[in-house]
Amino acid sequence: MSLLHDAFARAKSENRAALIGYLPAGYPSRDGAVECIRAMVEGGVDIVEIGLPYSDPVMDGPTIQAAVDISLAGGTKIVDVIDTVRQVALDGTPTLVMSYWNPIERFGVEKFAQELAAAGGVGVITPDLTPEEAGAWNAATDANNVDRVFLVALSSTNERIATVAAETTGFIYAGAVMGVTGARTSLSGAIQDLVARTRNASELPIAVGLGVSTPEQAHEIAQYADGVIVGSAFVAAIEQGGAQAAKELAEKLAAGVKR
Amino acid sequence: MSTDSAVVPDAMGHFGPFGGRFVPEALMAALDEINDAFHKAIIDPSFTAELNDLLVNYTGRPSPLTVAKNFSQHCGGATILLKREDLNHTGSHKINNVLGQALLTKRMGKTRVIAETGAGQHGVATATAAALFGLECVVYMGEEDTKRQALNVARMRLLGATVVPVTTGSRTLKDAINEAMRDWVANVDTTHYLFGTVAGPAPFPELVREFHRVIGKEARQQMLDRFNRLPDAVVACVGGGSNAIGIFHEFIPDENVALVGIEAGGDGVETGRHASTITGGAVGVLHGARSFVLQDDDGQTVESHSISAGLDYPGVGPEHAYLHDIGRAQYRPVTDAQAMEAFQLLSRTEGIIPAIETAHALYGAMSLGKELGPDAVILVNLSGRGDKDVETAARWFGLAE
Repeated sequence: MSLLHDAFARAKSENRAALIGYLPAGYPSRDGAVECIRAMVEGGVDIVEIGLPYSDPVMDGPTIQAAVDISLAGGTKIVDVIDTVRQVALDGTPTLVMSYWNPIERFGVEKFAQELAAAGGVGVITPDLTPEEAGAWNAATDANNVDRVFLVALSSTNERIATVAAETTGFIYAGAVMGVTGARTSLSGAIQDLVARTRNASELPIAVGLGVSTPEQAHEIAQYADGVIVGSAFVAAIEQGGAQAAKELAEKLAAGVKR
Repeated sequence: MSTDSAVVPDAMGHFGPFGGRFVPEALMAALDEINDAFHKAIIDPSFTAELNDLLVNYTGRPSPLTVAKNFSQHCGGATILLKREDLNHTGSHKINNVLGQALLTKRMGKTRVIAETGAGQHGVATATAAALFGLECVVYMGEEDTKRQALNVARMRLLGATVVPVTTGSRTLKDAINEAMRDWVANVDTTHYLFGTVAGPAPFPELVREFHRVIGKEARQQMLDRFNRLPDAVVACVGGGSNAIGIFHEFIPDENVALVGIEAGGDGVETGRHASTITGGAVGVLHGARSFVLQDDDGQTVESHSISAGLDYPGVGPEHAYLHDIGRAQYRPVTDAQAMEAFQLLSRTEGIIPAIETAHALYGAMSLGKELGPDAVILVNLSGRGDKDVETAARWFGLAE
C-alpha cells in the first residue's frame, strides 16, 4: 500500500471522501507555494497535487492559467517543482504532480519518474496523456514505483473507461464537467453515472474534480466518490487571502467531504 | 527510401515516431467520431461528388499553373511555375480543407464550428463555409494578429462570424489554438473544431492533408499535360504545413522530385527570433501531436517570430517532421527580409502580389533556382494572395503616407 492508498483507506474508515487539493508550484512564489500547501493540509487536505507550470495549459481555465503565468514569470523550473514535492512530502503528505505531457517528455520520462520518486512523490496525473501514448511512461512509473493517474470524462464510453482503468495505478480522476478547470455553480448529474460506470471497470479509488469549488459540491460528490479534487478555488482563495484563506477553505471542504 | 510515406499515418495517427493523440480524455470520443465520419465520407460517392462540385463551381478549381517568365530571370534562369492557389475563392488554399470539413460537420449533425487563425486566411475560409452552410462560427485569433491582419478580421465579421481576440500568452496563433481547444472541450456536443492545418491530434493531420491533396494532384497532372515532365523541385512555405503537404503529397513517390519546405526565419535562426520549427526546434508534443517544437530545456514552448502571421507558429505538422526524418523532404529557413524581397519582386515582375507567407516560398525558389541552374524546373505553391498584407508591406517598404 502506498501513502496514497493509505490516505483513501483512512478517509473511507472515517466515513468520508478524501480531500485532494491542487496548487501550481511557484504560486504565489516558490516558498509561498510550500507555505500555502502546508496550510491546506493543516486545514484538512489529505492528498496534495502540485501543478507543474506549463506554457500551454489547454485544460485550464483563467484562474489556473493566471497562477501558472505568475509561476513561470517567477522562473519556476521542473527542478523547483520536484523540490516543492520534496518539501511537502517530508511532512508525510501523499504528494502527486499534475503535469501536461511535454515537460515530462523533454525532461526525460525515466529521469522524471526517478527524480520524483527520490523526492518522495507518490504519483503523477497527466491530463493530456492517454493510455494509447503511454508506453514509455508506464514502464518508467512501474520501474520507479510511481503511481500514474489517467482521466475519464463524461464523454468516455465504457470501452474507453476500461482502457483507462487498465493502465491507471493510483486513483482514477473523473472529470465532473466537460470543459476546463475553474469553479462552476452547478455540476451535471452525469458525473454520478460516470463514477458508477468507472466502478464497474476498476477497484481503484475514484476521485472527482474539474469545476468543484464549494463544500456543498464536495458533500454531494462524497456520497458516491472516494475523493474530491479542488484546484481553482484554492488558487482564488490564496490570491485573496494567502495561506490563511487556503486553510479556511480546506477546513470548509473537509467538513463537506464527510458523508 | 521507400514509398511507405504514402501509407502513413498508422491507425493511431502516427507518422513514424511523430503524430498521435495527446489530448484530454474529454476529446477522445469527438476525435474518434471525426475519424469515423471522415473515413466513411471519403469513400462515399455522394460526399465526394458534393465536395467536388463545390471545388469546381464555388472555389473555382482547378487552379491554374502560371509560368513566371520574368520572375524566373531572378532565379538563376530556372523555370518557375506557380500553382495559383491565390486564385481560389477567399484567396488561398485554405478553402479546400474548410469545405471538406464543413461537409463533415453537416454529416456529423453539428451546428457550430470554431477555428483558430493566424493570418486570418483560415478564419475567412471557415467563416465563408459557415455562411454557406448556415453554421454558427466563432474564430479565435491572437490579439497581435488581429492588429496585423485587420482586413481579414473585418472580412470574417462581414461573413457573420464572431472573432474572439485572444489575449493570453504570445497573443498569436499558438494561443488562438489553446483557446479554441478550451472552447471545444466545453462544447464538443454541438461543435466541430474546424482545424486549419496539418498539425493537431489525429485524425487532423491526415484529414487536412487529404482535403488539400487536390493541389498536388492537379499540379502533377498539369505538369504532365503541358510540359510532359515532372518538376525538379516542389517548393512551399511551412507554418503548420497544410499548403506544403497539399502540394508535396502527390509527388512523394516521384523520387527524383525534390520537396523543399520553407520555414519562417524571422530575424534569422541564429538570433532565436524565428519560426523555423524543424530547422531550429526539438522533438516534443504541442497541441495534441508529437513533432518538432520550439521549446526550452524544460519543455516550455518558446514564442516564435515572423513577419508573417500565418507562419508565426512554434509547431509544425507531424508528417513534415516525418518527411524530414526519413530524408524525403528538406526544410530551410527564409528570413523576413528575404521574404519581403521576393514579395516585391513577384509583385513587380509578374503583377501578382503574394501573401507574405507565400513570399517565403518564392525566396526559397530564387535560391534553389540559383543552386539547380537554368535547366531546372521549379514548382512553387502560390498558396495565397497578398491583399491582407498590403498594410504590413507598405510599412516595410516605407510606402505609407
